This record gives sequence, structure tokens and C-alpha cells, in this order.
Amino acid sequence: MKLNRRTFVGAGVAAAASLSAPMLHAQGGKPRVVVIGGGAGGATAARYIAKDSDGAIDVTLVEPTKTYYTCFFSNLYMAGFRTLDSIAHSYGTLAADYGINVVHDWAIGIDRDAKTVSLAGGGTLPYDRLVLSPGIDFVDGSVEGWDISAQNAMPHAYKAGSQSELLKRQIESMPEGGLFAMVAPPNPYRCPPGPYERISMVAHMLKNNNPTAKIMVLDPKPSFSKQGLFEEGWGKHYSGMVDWIGPEFGGEGVVVDPGAMTVTIDGEVTNVDVCNVIPGQKAGRIVEIAGVNDGNWAPIEADTMRSTIDANIYVLGDATSAGDMPKSGFSANSQAKVAAMSIRGELNDARVFPAKYANTCWSLIATDDGVKVGNSYEPADGKIAKVDGFISQPGEDAEMRKRTFEESIGWYEGIASDMFG
Amino acid sequence: MKRSSLAALLSAVMIASPAAAQEFGDAERGAKAYRQCASCHQVGEGAKHRVGPHLNGIFDRRAGSLEDYKRYSKGLVREGVDGLFWDLRTLDAYIENPKALVSDTRMAFRGIKDPEERADVLAYLRLFSADPANIPEAAPTAMSREVELSPDVLAIVGDVDYGDYLSTECTTCHQVDGDDEGVPSIVGWPEEDFVVAMHAYKRKIRPHPVMQMFASRLSDEEIAALAAYFGGL
Repeated sequence: MKLNRRTFVGAGVAAAASLSAPMLHAQGGKPRVVVIGGGAGGATAARYIAKDSDGAIDVTLVEPTKTYYTCFFSNLYMAGFRTLDSIAHSYGTLAADYGINVVHDWAIGIDRDAKTVSLAGGGTLPYDRLVLSPGIDFVDGSVEGWDISAQNAMPHAYKAGSQSELLKRQIESMPEGGLFAMVAPPNPYRCPPGPYERISMVAHMLKNNNPTAKIMVLDPKPSFSKQGLFEEGWGKHYSGMVDWIGPEFGGEGVVVDPGAMTVTIDGEVTNVDVCNVIPGQKAGRIVEIAGVNDGNWAPIEADTMRSTIDANIYVLGDATSAGDMPKSGFSANSQAKVAAMSIRGELNDARVFPAKYANTCWSLIATDDGVKVGNSYEPADGKIAKVDGFISQPGEDAEMRKRTFEESIGWYEGIASDMFG
Repeated sequence: MKRSSLAALLSAVMIASPAAAQEFGDAERGAKAYRQCASCHQVGEGAKHRVGPHLNGIFDRRAGSLEDYKRYSKGLVREGVDGLFWDLRTLDAYIENPKALVSDTRMAFRGIKDPEERADVLAYLRLFSADPANIPEAAPTAMSREVELSPDVLAIVGDVDYGDYLSTECTTCHQVDGDDEGVPSIVGWPEEDFVVAMHAYKRKIRPHPVMQMFASRLSDEEIAALAAYFGGL
């Protein structure tokens, strides 16, 4: 990452002038919203605030990367169902068509009294309302033997992009009959079915190119999302290939050695060819820097997504502790719309309606074998509570599963245009 | 099942419990009422596809599933894949108002408003289904549910601003520019069609679970608001 690089994408008006530092400050008396993080929460919030306020609110989006790779569908990229380009997005439309001031930089400090954000590149951004949507960081020491410096030997691939490419290449160059190991994360973590969709996609790759290879999942959790559906699919498509080891059989507390490429399970050392370590997770670091965390996550008000610690700050997506809602791109997108409405209500006297939230997670098990789970949520007794839900059923016919997969492609196009315009 | 003459089948239905026969309607009257369908749909021995598919074996058939019939609308096939099977309840809703079940249906038919007449037609059609034994005794075919909206519900004027907010739940999947790859377009529908379709999901007559979930928590006013918003895009 380029920590000291600051780039502005022209916001249509006065693009050249905006390169000078003073333009970072407010133009006229317009209220200012700064959004940190350009993923499913942040990009959606920035777009909705800008779009629905018709220029009456000054929106700045701070995102270090110029090209954003969605975590959702990155497993499909690994298995060749999507190209990397098809999950890559830029912020040009948000800047050009929505007038959002897109700043490619790292936010490194927040002064809650002065209401300013300081950037690694040296600038300062004042705000009336701040939206934090930084996604996840990893908990130090979550997997013994692994830290972020080991991410080349044992990739996490749980932030999409170069890590996804790296893991894909490692799987493709596994020796014949080799062993792929995944160290699955403890709850709560981003995208509950994600590790198991990944196992499905790795199995799909190996079945085609290296059919005697084996897959081992080391899981600290006694059960996981869509377990019945995944296990049915693994049995059907990848019989004998996937070995899931839960905490009772040593899946918890494994030790890895990225230098020797070994994992130690219940004291027994096993050589592995590829090791995908998905560590325990916490809110992106800026949440802690801002001091709006309670432990690993940011507590929020259920009816607005406002931080319970600072009324001028909203927190979205994976970084929050959002009641019954899982950490997912769909959830973050849903929460962003509630926050955008609340912020426009505060700054712009816009009408505010009761909050409604929803989530759906699609997963691909094999070619044309898609499954889904979803729920709707509403604020109740101070938390975001589940209202209703559904899940794909075991034994559904092939046509239904194909349709579910096609629907997920439609959803991807929908959410991508909802985020990036 | 070997088909016998229509007269024999008709008398068999008559002999069955009179109460049930009444619930189903009268197949003989239905044979007459079916004339309004017959210009497009053949039924009976040797029936072939015409403008619409033949209706032999329609009960318990998956919607849009006859492989040799090529003119189903995209929406009808999609409903079938989502799990729409033809039974008393779904056929009743469909012939009452085809668009309530399948918004883009090619069945250009105004619908039959009289519930008794619909029951008659269905009693007639049932004679040509291979295995009608479980109709109507088994749920859910035993009950006749339909998307019958009171005029009050249809008269609600949608609040476009509220619809704009509520629409954000829809646009995670349905694109506002009307693209319909994988997920259908919901932009620019006549408001009444939109309202009827959403109530059909809410009452779980339309089968898609995601849509049932979203529709189930929408009030009549909220459905009207969404219809007004998307109708105006």
C-alpha cells in the first residue's frame, strides 16, 4: 500500500483547484460528511448522501486503493468462474457523476473534539458527520505462529485483490496429490459462509486439475453457516476430498509454521502444500483510533447506525457489532442506506423513515450449484433483531440451484451499481 | 391412466361427494365456460399446442415446463423454476388475473372475475390431469386462495418519497436502469400490477423466498409507495 500517496480524482467542478490543500476545507456553509472506507458500506453511504442531497451536502470519500476488489465473488475468481477484472471497481463515477470528493489516502487520526480526520498524506478533513466503514483487521496472535508478515507463505485472502491472486496461484501449483489446509476463523467474522464457499471452490479447482489432492479444514467452531448444504454438496461433487475437523478433533488451537509449511494439530505435525490462514477478526483499525470501539467491534444504535459513543460518528458494516446481522457486503449496503437517511435528516432536514435492514448471502458449491440464506431485520429493544428469513433446502433440483446461481450474478451487478454508480 | 369418455368422467365427478363437487365447481358447466379458453388452449385426447400450450396434465405440472412448447414468457419459466406448480390454488389465482402471478405473461386474457365460474373451469380441466386424486383433499390444493385485493387497497395513493427510501432494499438486487440479468427488472410497471404482484408474494402465492421475505413485512401503504416510486422511474 502507498501510505504517503495522496491522490484526488476530480469531482467534476474545479478538479485542478482541488489539488491544493485549502480546498480540503468546507466550501461555503455546506454541511460536510467524510466517509472512511470505500467498500459496500462506505461507497453506498457516500453515493446515497450525495445523490439524495443534490449537492447540498459536501461528501468526501477516503479510500486508500484506487481499484477496489470486492470480497464477494473473490472465491469465484479463484476457481475461474469470474475474472479478476470483473470484481474490480474504481471510483470515477462517484466522483464525476455524484460530485463526491474521492481522496485516495489513509486516514490515520481522528480528533473527535475538533471534528477532523488527518490523512497519512498530510491533509486534514473537517466533518460535521463522520462515517466509518473500514471493514476488518486481524486479531494479533489469533493463530499461533501466524502474523501479517507470514501472509505470503500462508495467505489469508480475506481481503480481496493480490491475496486472492496469490492463493489462486499457490493452489494451481500444488504438487499432485498434495494437501490444502485452511485454518478457519472463530466467530464473529466477515462473510459467515465465505470460508466454506472457498473450500467448495478449491475442491472444484483440484477436482479438475489435481484430483488426488486433499483438503483439510481446521475449524475452531463446532458448526458453521449453511453447514448442511455445504456438506451435502461436498459429498455430491467432491466425494472423499474434503476433511472438516471441528474443535472436538483438534480443529481449535492449531499452530502453524509458515517457514516449514507445517500445521500442528493436537501436537501432531503435518506437512501442508498450501495453507490458507483466516485469522480472528476485529474492526478496521481506524475504529480503535477514533475510540468508538467496545472491544473488537463498534457498538451502534439500532435505528440509525450511529455510534453509541459519539453522536457525530456513524459506523457501518463488518466493523460494527450489529445485533443479529451477519458481517457481509449485503448487510453493509443495507446499513449504509439507513445511515445515509439519518445523516440527511440531521444535516438536511430530509424525511426520516423507520429503519429496515436485510441480508442475503449466496454461495456457489459447484458449477451451477448455488445456495442462499437470508434474513430481514428491524430495530427492537435497542438492538438489530431478526424478523424473518429463509435458506436453500438440501435436495433441491439442479434447475433451482442453477437459478439461484444466476440470481447471485444478478445481485452482484445490482449491488455493484448501487455502490459505485 | 387410460382416458375414458368425457361423459363417463363427468358422471364420476358427479357421483363423488356432492359437497366436494360444489367446492370444485361443476365440470359440465366448466366445459361450457372453457370455450373462452379453447381458442388458444386445446385439452383432451390428441390435444396439441396452439397459441398456448395444451392443458392435459396441467395439475401438478411445474409452470412453464413443457419442453416442446416454445412460447412461454421469461417470467413464467422463472416462476416455474422458483417452484410454482399448478394446483387449484395457483390456477385459480392465474385465471382470475394472469398478471397477478406472472407479470410478463403472454396469456392475453382479461381473467374470470366470478369465483364460481373459475371453479367450474378448474373442475373441467381437472378431468384431463393424469393424477387428480389428491385434489382437493390434500393441502394446499384443498383451499382456494387468491389475490383478491379490496378496492381500498388498490386505491391507496403511494407516497413516492417513502417509496424512494423503501426502494433502497430492492436496489441491492434489482437495478434501477432496468437491467434484468439474473434478477428481473421492476422499473416502470403499471402501479396496479406491481401492487398485485407484491401482495401475491406477501401471501406466498408467488414462490420466491427472498421476495416472500421482503414482501411479508411491507404494509399496504408501503407496497403502494414502492409501486408509485418504481412506476415513475
